[in-house]
Amino acid sequence: MQDVSTGQVVLEPIQRSPGYWATVWTRFKRDPVAVGAGLVVIALVLMAIFAPYIAPQDPYKGMALRRLRPPGTEGYPLGTDELGRDMLSRLIYGARLSLFMGVTPVLMALVAGAAIGITAGYTGGWVNTLLMRIVDIFFAFPSVLLAIALSGALGAGIANGLISLTVVFIPPIARVAESVTTSVRTRDYVEAARASGAGSLAIIRKHVLGNVLGPIFVYAMSLIAVCMILASGLSFLGLGVKPPEPEWGLMLNTLRTAIYTQPLLCALPGLMIFITSIAFNLLTDGLRSAMDLKA
Amino acid sequence: MLIYIAKRLIYTLPIMLGVAFVCFLLVHMAPGDPLVSVLPPDASENLKQQMMVLYGFDRPYYEQFFRWLGRAITGDLGSSIRTNRPVSVEVAKAVWNTLTLATLATFIGFVLGTFFGFVAGYFRDTWLDKLASFVSVIGVSVPHYWLGMLLVIVFAAQLGWLPPTGAGPGGSEAWQWDWEHVRHMILPAITMSVIPMGIIARTVRALVAEILSQEFIAGLRAKGLGDWGVFKHVVKNAAPTALAVMGIQLGYLLGGSILIETVFSWPGTGLLLNDAIFQRDLPVLQGTILVLSIFFVLLNLVVDVMQTALDPRIQRS
Repeated sequence: MQDVSTGQVVLEPIQRSPGYWATVWTRFKRDPVAVGAGLVVIALVLMAIFAPYIAPQDPYKGMALRRLRPPGTEGYPLGTDELGRDMLSRLIYGARLSLFMGVTPVLMALVAGAAIGITAGYTGGWVNTLLMRIVDIFFAFPSVLLAIALSGALGAGIANGLISLTVVFIPPIARVAESVTTSVRTRDYVEAARASGAGSLAIIRKHVLGNVLGPIFVYAMSLIAVCMILASGLSFLGLGVKPPEPEWGLMLNTLRTAIYTQPLLCALPGLMIFITSIAFNLLTDGLRSAMDLKA
Repeated sequence: MLIYIAKRLIYTLPIMLGVAFVCFLLVHMAPGDPLVSVLPPDASENLKQQMMVLYGFDRPYYEQFFRWLGRAITGDLGSSIRTNRPVSVEVAKAVWNTLTLATLATFIGFVLGTFFGFVAGYFRDTWLDKLASFVSVIGVSVPHYWLGMLLVIVFAAQLGWLPPTGAGPGGSEAWQWDWEHVRHMILPAITMSVIPMGIIARTVRALVAEILSQEFIAGLRAKGLGDWGVFKHVVKNAAPTALAVMGIQLGYLLGGSILIETVFSWPGTGLLLNDAIFQRDLPVLQGTILVLSIFFVLLNLVVDVMQTALDPRIQRS
């Protein structure tokens, strides 16, 4: 702009509009529930990582003479389990396997589901039909039933549990990825990119992934709570994690016999699962409304 | 409409075939010999071979699959290795028990869920909305098997008001409509209802908020329609989707009842599956999963068709 009186050029400071993620972050920060939930998730992750430094005792070492002590016993703030192992230490260590079993299947399903969905959506035609019909078949099972059927047939164990849960979460993620990819593929700017000589991989990397990752990431996050409950449920049934590993679902199972004698003690592992899943749910809700800029 | 139903049916058939194939594969995926639970561990090679031929395990997979499918269609799911009774009889009895429980749970969940959903959607962003929404988040976040244990601790172990396990007095499995049997049903039904309650509440909240923000509502108000009249319009618009979600939830409860049935020893499909898994009773495992998943596919079909019939605005391709 030119100043009329002096004839000098005056530069106005450029107001850059904040980027998408910066806006999302600002909006997210204003939501106290979501921030609180995020802090709980961070605390749980830190607890899992630093379990050996936080836990007061060895989570595997039992004392036959100190079985099923109630919370508040001296030296055992949360009591002892059916084999006389320190509850607090087992709950702290339990975060490791429980979070691992809750998050890993979703991550693996995210990669596999995105790959299937993007391939199907980008290629179209018979490849799309074939891939998505197979996805539909697995989608046709009720999720809990499919997870239990698979791990029931494969047998107990962490690896089999992970495989079963991953298979359960691939179809919904693949569907979301496919529908977003299909809608992006026909957009004008993708046509323009193709016309100007961009290869398939470049288009997928630049245009498709950029559009697909946001929605499926949020969607996958909302699945973590479901996966936590399901994974612990598998261990609760005796599938999934095997004793003596500390895992919340398994602890709930082995403590069931003490339901009449030490009710408070039995409730503790389930409370941990509940806190974790509600924290992930509230965090996802907060993220989703922060990312929905139209609202 | 008829064309849509026909299309939907044609689309469902290959899905059902695929579902059946996955159920068939389950047995072959299982580690070890498929005969491991029938034969004694010291069985001779010769006997093993004979049994393989008898069960048809020596045939190629596709042949085994079509034979199995042909028998399954006529209702022959083989016989249980544990009890030697036909799988179809065991599954039918269990499905009935689970269906009774799941229907009651879906009903409770639907009533509470629509109530919380309407309150939250109508009083959006007030403390009432926050409270109702919080209740529904708890519904979808709580590990229901743990909630079942808590209810047993409080109402059975501490207060002694209700029985902790079983479907009737003295472990009776035959369902009857009398107070003794209903008493056994209260705790598992409430536990089970929490999941559909949370999901229905969240769906209804979004639906109601969306409908209320539409222009026709403002139009109705401008024409002088009272709150009650507007409410009726909201209900009419929200009903098809809410009912569809309820139908699907019933299917999920049927398929996902295993955890709750294990907690309460409810003699349904879940308990049957649990026994089948841990006693390596593969025919029962396969049969139960086949019946439940085919039921789920058909239920989805019915819900879809009903929703289209109820709400002609829905465009189906």
